[in-house]
Amino acid sequence: MTFREAIRKAMSDEMAMDRNVVLFGEDVGVYGGCFKVTEGLWKEHPDQVVDTPVSEEGFTGMAVGAAMMGLRPIVEIMYADFYTLIFDPIVNHAAKTHFMSGGQFCCPITVRLPEGSGTGHGAQHTQSPEALFLNGTGLKIVAPSNPSDAYHLLRASIRDNNPVLFFEHKLLYPVDGEISPEPVQIGKARVIGDGLDVTIIAYSHAVETALKAAELLKENGINATVVDLRTLNPLDKETIFAQVRKTGRAVLIQDPNGIGGIEAQVCAAICQDRETFASLKCQVLQFSGKDTPIPFSKDLERLTIPQAEDIAIEIGKLF
Amino acid sequence: MIDKEKSIDALRMMLNSRFFEEKTENLFKSGLIHGTTHLANGQEAAQAGLCMALEDGDWIVPTHRCHGFTICKGSWPVSMFAEMFGSRHGLAKGLGGSMHMPDKENCNLGSSAVVGSGVPLATGIAFYQKFKSSGSASFATSTAQNPKDLPPVPVQNISVAIFGDGASSRGSVHESMNLASIWKLPVLFYCENNRYGMSAPSDKMISVDQVSSRAQAYGMPGRVVDGNDFETVYNAVLEACDYIRSGNGPYLLEVMTYRFKGHSKSDRRLYRTSDEEQQWMLRDPILLFEEKMVQSGYVTPDEVTAIEEECRKGIELQAMKALKESDDKLTEQEVLGLVYATGEERS
Repeated sequence: MTFREAIRKAMSDEMAMDRNVVLFGEDVGVYGGCFKVTEGLWKEHPDQVVDTPVSEEGFTGMAVGAAMMGLRPIVEIMYADFYTLIFDPIVNHAAKTHFMSGGQFCCPITVRLPEGSGTGHGAQHTQSPEALFLNGTGLKIVAPSNPSDAYHLLRASIRDNNPVLFFEHKLLYPVDGEISPEPVQIGKARVIGDGLDVTIIAYSHAVETALKAAELLKENGINATVVDLRTLNPLDKETIFAQVRKTGRAVLIQDPNGIGGIEAQVCAAICQDRETFASLKCQVLQFSGKDTPIPFSKDLERLTIPQAEDIAIEIGKLF
Repeated sequence: MIDKEKSIDALRMMLNSRFFEEKTENLFKSGLIHGTTHLANGQEAAQAGLCMALEDGDWIVPTHRCHGFTICKGSWPVSMFAEMFGSRHGLAKGLGGSMHMPDKENCNLGSSAVVGSGVPLATGIAFYQKFKSSGSASFATSTAQNPKDLPPVPVQNISVAIFGDGASSRGSVHESMNLASIWKLPVLFYCENNRYGMSAPSDKMISVDQVSSRAQAYGMPGRVVDGNDFETVYNAVLEACDYIRSGNGPYLLEVMTYRFKGHSKSDRRLYRTSDEEQQWMLRDPILLFEEKMVQSGYVTPDEVTAIEEECRKGIELQAMKALKESDDKLTEQEVLGLVYATGEERS
C-alpha cells in the first residue's frame, strides 16, 4: 500500500468507526484532493466529506469550534505553506483551549498538511513549516516517513483528544510499503538498524536520506543506527538518548532549514542530558536545508536539501 | 412591554452586570486584581437583551468585554471574581482572567482575546448543532444538494457569534459569514456596535454606514436596532432566533450602544469628547429600563431602589467570598497538567 493510500485508509477506517469524524478541505470531495489522497472517500462516506470554499482561516476556525463540541474534524490544508492562514485558529485557539478553559474543553482536531520540496512548485508550495508550530504549546506534531507509520499515526491522531498537526511529505505519497498490524503510539520514535558507530536521527522524507547515507557508510565499514522520530512533539527523548549513548556519535538530518528547527531541539536535548552529552566522542553534526526559500528550478531545488552523498562524506570525516 | 416577572429578571441581570463592573474597577484600582480588564458599563441592555432571549442549550461566544454576557448567561459572579483573582475557584481555575471566562455548564465557550477570532468558533458550534439535528454532516458534503436549494432543517439550538464594530473588519468574520450562509448554519452574528474599536471610530473604519448592511453580501437578513433599549434588543433577538431555529440559516443583528468607560483600564479616552459621553449617559440603558418599568406600573421608584441595593449587596458579598479564597492557586504541577488533554476517550 502506498503512503497516499495508507493515509486515505486511516481516514476511511476512522470514519467507519465514528460518524463524528468529518473531513473538511478544499477539493477533498469529488476531485479527490489536490494530491489525490482523499480520492473516493466521498463515495465510501458520503456524509463525512465536506468541500470548503477557499477560506482556510474560516473553515479551520469553524472546525476548531466544532471539535470543542465533540466533532472529530480532519482538516486538509491543500499545501502546508498555507499554514500562515491557520496559525490563529490552531495556535491561539485549538492549542490553548484545554489550558485556558481550566480543562473544560478539549479540541480533538487533526490537521493534515502536505509539505516538502522536490516537486518544482516554487517557494510558496514547497515549505516544511513544522518547526514554526513547535513553539505553540498544546499541539502535537507528527511527521511519518512510511506507509505503515502514516496509517497508524493518523488513526492515533484522529483519536487523540488534543490538536494534532500531521505533516505529509509530498515525495512520500507514491512510496510503497506493508502496513504492520501493530498500532503506533504518538510520541514513540522508531529505531532502524543496530550499527554501533554512529546514530543518525531524522524524520519524514529525511529518513530516506538517512537510510541512503547509512548504506553508503556501510560500504566504507561504518555502521549506523537510524532513528526515525515519527513524532516531533512530544519528542521521544528516551529513545534519542539511548541510541546516541550507544554509538557516541549523533548526526541530525532534516529537510527544512535549520534555524529554530526540529533537529536543533534534538541537539539541545542531547547537550542537556548529562549522560548522553558525556557519551559523545565528537561534535554533533547537523544537516538541514539551506536558509533560503525553495527555488523553483530542479537542480537548484535539490541544492537546498541535504543529500545522502554529502552527508556520508562528512560523517566519514568523524572517524 | 414584556411581563412583570421577566422585567424584574432583566433588571437584575443588568444591575448585576453594572455592579460587577463597578466592583471590578474598584478592585483593580486598589491593586487587588492583576492584569487588565474591559468594562461594559453602558452596554447592559445589549448583553442582557441577547441572553434573555436565548433558550437553554443555545451557545454564546462573547467578546473580550465579556463580564455582562457571562453573568446574563447564568455564571456565578463569585466564580468570575475568583477567576480574576487567579484562584482555582475561578471559571477557568485562574488561568484565564478577565477576558477568559468559559463556562461549559452555561453553554458559554468563553471569549477569544484575538478580536474577531471567536466568530469562526461560534460558526463551528453552529455546524455541530446542525450536524446533531441532521444526524450527519450530509447538509454540507460533496454529494449534498446545494443547501441553498433545500428546504429548511429546523434546529433546537443555535450559536451566537458576538463581535464588536472593530472585529467586523476581520477576514475571519467575513469568511465565517460566507461559510454559515452556504451551509445555512444556525448562527446569530451579533454585532455589538459601541462605536469605537479601542480608539478607532467605527464610522471612519467601516466602509458602510451600518455593519448590518454587510448581511446582504452574504445572503442573510441583517437588521440594526437600538442597543440601549432592553425590549428592542430582546424582541429583535427573539425574531432573529425564530428565523434561525426554523432552519433558514444565519442572521446578522447589529445593536447600537456605547461604552461609558474606556477600552481597557489604561484608556484615557482622548479620542472622544466628554460632551459625547454625557449625551450617551442620558441614555443609560438601566435608567431607561427602570423608567419604563415604573411607567408600566410594575414597580415603584422605591422598589427599584430596593432591587438595586439588593443586587449591589449580592455582588459585594460574592466579591468578598472570592477574595477570601484568592490565595488558593493551582500548583505548578496542576498548571503543567492542563496543557494537554489526556486519554483517547471520545467526548
